[in-house]
Amino acid sequence: MSKPEGESQRLKLGVFKFASCDGCQLSILNLEEDLLALGQALDIAYFPEASSDMEPGPYDIALVEGSITTAEDAHRILSVRQQTKVLITIGACATAGGIQALRNWADVEAFKQAVYPSPEYIQSLNTSTPISEHVHVDFELWGCPIDKGQLLRVITDLIAGVQPRLPADSVCLECKRRGIVCVLVAKGLPCLGPVTRTGCGAICPGMGRDCYGCFGPSEGARKGPGLPPNTASLARHFHGGLQLIPIEVMRRFRGINGYVSSFRAESDTWEKKT
Amino acid sequence: MSEGPDQIRTIAVDMVARVEGEGALRVTVKDGTVRDVELKIFEPPRFFEAFLQGRHYEEVPDIVARICGICPIAYQMSAVHALEQIFGLRVEGALRDLRRLIYCGEWIESHALHVYLLQAPDFLGYDSAIAMAKDHAAVVTRGLRLKKAGNAIMTLLGGRSVHPVSVKVGGFSRVPLRRELAALKDELLWARDAAVETVRWVASFEVPNLDMDYNCVALRHPDEYPLNEGQIAAAAGLQVSAHEFEHHFTEHQVPYSNALHCTLQGSPYVVGPLARLNWNHEHLTPLAKQALADNNIALPLRNPFYGIVARSIEILYALEESLRLVERYEPPPLSAAPITVRSGIGMACTEAPRGILYHRYEVDGDGVIREAKIVPPTSQNQSSIEQDLRRFMPRLLHLPDKEAALACERVIRCYDPCISCATHFLNLEIRREGRA
Repeated sequence: MSKPEGESQRLKLGVFKFASCDGCQLSILNLEEDLLALGQALDIAYFPEASSDMEPGPYDIALVEGSITTAEDAHRILSVRQQTKVLITIGACATAGGIQALRNWADVEAFKQAVYPSPEYIQSLNTSTPISEHVHVDFELWGCPIDKGQLLRVITDLIAGVQPRLPADSVCLECKRRGIVCVLVAKGLPCLGPVTRTGCGAICPGMGRDCYGCFGPSEGARKGPGLPPNTASLARHFHGGLQLIPIEVMRRFRGINGYVSSFRAESDTWEKKT
Repeated sequence: MSEGPDQIRTIAVDMVARVEGEGALRVTVKDGTVRDVELKIFEPPRFFEAFLQGRHYEEVPDIVARICGICPIAYQMSAVHALEQIFGLRVEGALRDLRRLIYCGEWIESHALHVYLLQAPDFLGYDSAIAMAKDHAAVVTRGLRLKKAGNAIMTLLGGRSVHPVSVKVGGFSRVPLRRELAALKDELLWARDAAVETVRWVASFEVPNLDMDYNCVALRHPDEYPLNEGQIAAAAGLQVSAHEFEHHFTEHQVPYSNALHCTLQGSPYVVGPLARLNWNHEHLTPLAKQALADNNIALPLRNPFYGIVARSIEILYALEESLRLVERYEPPPLSAAPITVRSGIGMACTEAPRGILYHRYEVDGDGVIREAKIVPPTSQNQSSIEQDLRRFMPRLLHLPDKEAALACERVIRCYDPCISCATHFLNLEIRREGRA
């Protein structure tokens, strides 16, 4: 990524929404004082949730929230990609399909009939898919919601012309750094921390509960960077050690990031055992 | 602009900005009269009610939070109250106070976001708060700090402000120490003063004159301004419990929208700060009552443009209430009451920042959800938004397309619609047929 011509020219930022809860966009607004600083450092050209001034592209950076669930959106993401130098997905929906990817295991026609009296009016795809299944993604921010500190760091790196990097090891390491007593060992809770990517600051164990995987899979400590975590071993412990029945093990992995391949494969394995 | 008798004039706003979600508006004008007003919501449906089926009740608070990043606590609160009803549990004492406190945090955060970042730019003629900050730096900074105070409450009690993690059926996964809560006090005191200033500031805005005979619907509670508990009150003396909600309030589908419309016995009604304030002002705290008097705010409010005033009064109320709850807090012996799972059906209504939020769950003997139904505030306000636009449109017909469209957007923004909840951008089409 290179800076546009002329040092004084600010990078143009666009924020785009697809199927989502708006929580990751709110994380941008939650930057508070840093939001105003960001508004000075960048040209926030397109951010409908925050501004009615919507400048057309091209954009240097696009932050994309939400997953692809309609034919129109599948088309719209192509145009966002065409107008953008660096495309960053923000949050579990954009990065992994989100909680609404639970439809990917279901009969969506039946869903429509369950929710809407006249399902024929509803135009919706049968799947919720991450942005990366549609276009090339330059950088992914995990989390449901994203951590605003990580967002700020990535944007700062881009302004400085540096390749952004974020940790991908497991929540367990964050627990150790914070000195939190392990809820899996000490309380017997089915914590997904051992296979979940750090970045939140180990919020759930810090609040006395089990991690539920909202930052997606960590990159395997066992197999090396970029490789999936050892979900099979953890799932066996849930079943054998904590006495979860197969459907409960399945539900653990089929949650906020259930559609990511490693979690998906694990939940499918346990579904067969139910 | 002049038109021939057979011309159709179309005015389009491709995007309603500064709301949460994606919507469009179509207005048809024939011979100078407004015929149809359709608020279209094309935020993609996410089918929450469907995929809650087959999940365990303990997972519900984490799942329903994801309906809305702006008001996750509202979803968690309606859910836990409905589920607790099934299990025959009433959460009382310090745990009830903590729930009230975290909800106050959400009201402060959500209302401050709307007042300062989403709606105030309309009154002062800016595209965004960031643009507004160039001329009104102190005001925008005050708004951001106020919002941060709400986030601080949510983060302390819930671990984070978007999708807090500690709310569970029976109580919390962790409750704060007394000294942790006390540490919030100084900032809340600052925020309380800032909220007084906020009311003064928004009460000075020039508002269009629009007098609507709304049917206001809000919870009412004998002792307090309602958050988690109360009876549903409406015009003509209607007062019902959440159990009877579906007997009186019905959702119907319109072909142009992905959000269901909810009406009361077939008629539009209004939920949210304006309705709550009209019904519950006697339970306001001293400074909030004082602010009404000092700024000559006469109740009941009947103009949607006073929504921002009602919202600001509620920010002040929520801060005073938070300070009271912080002051009297004694940590409870247990962070959550024990649960005895049993099958059954439970319903609850709580007051989300944007109005009443109804949940109904049916659970089997294993604690697994068999059926879920959720009616968010924005679905309930849709019909009223359309009605307001029908009333307001005739005054806009002389305006050029772009200005008429902007004025419509402003009406819609009065309601702080959360379109993510209801199923942003508003695509306004005004079709003019015949003589304008």
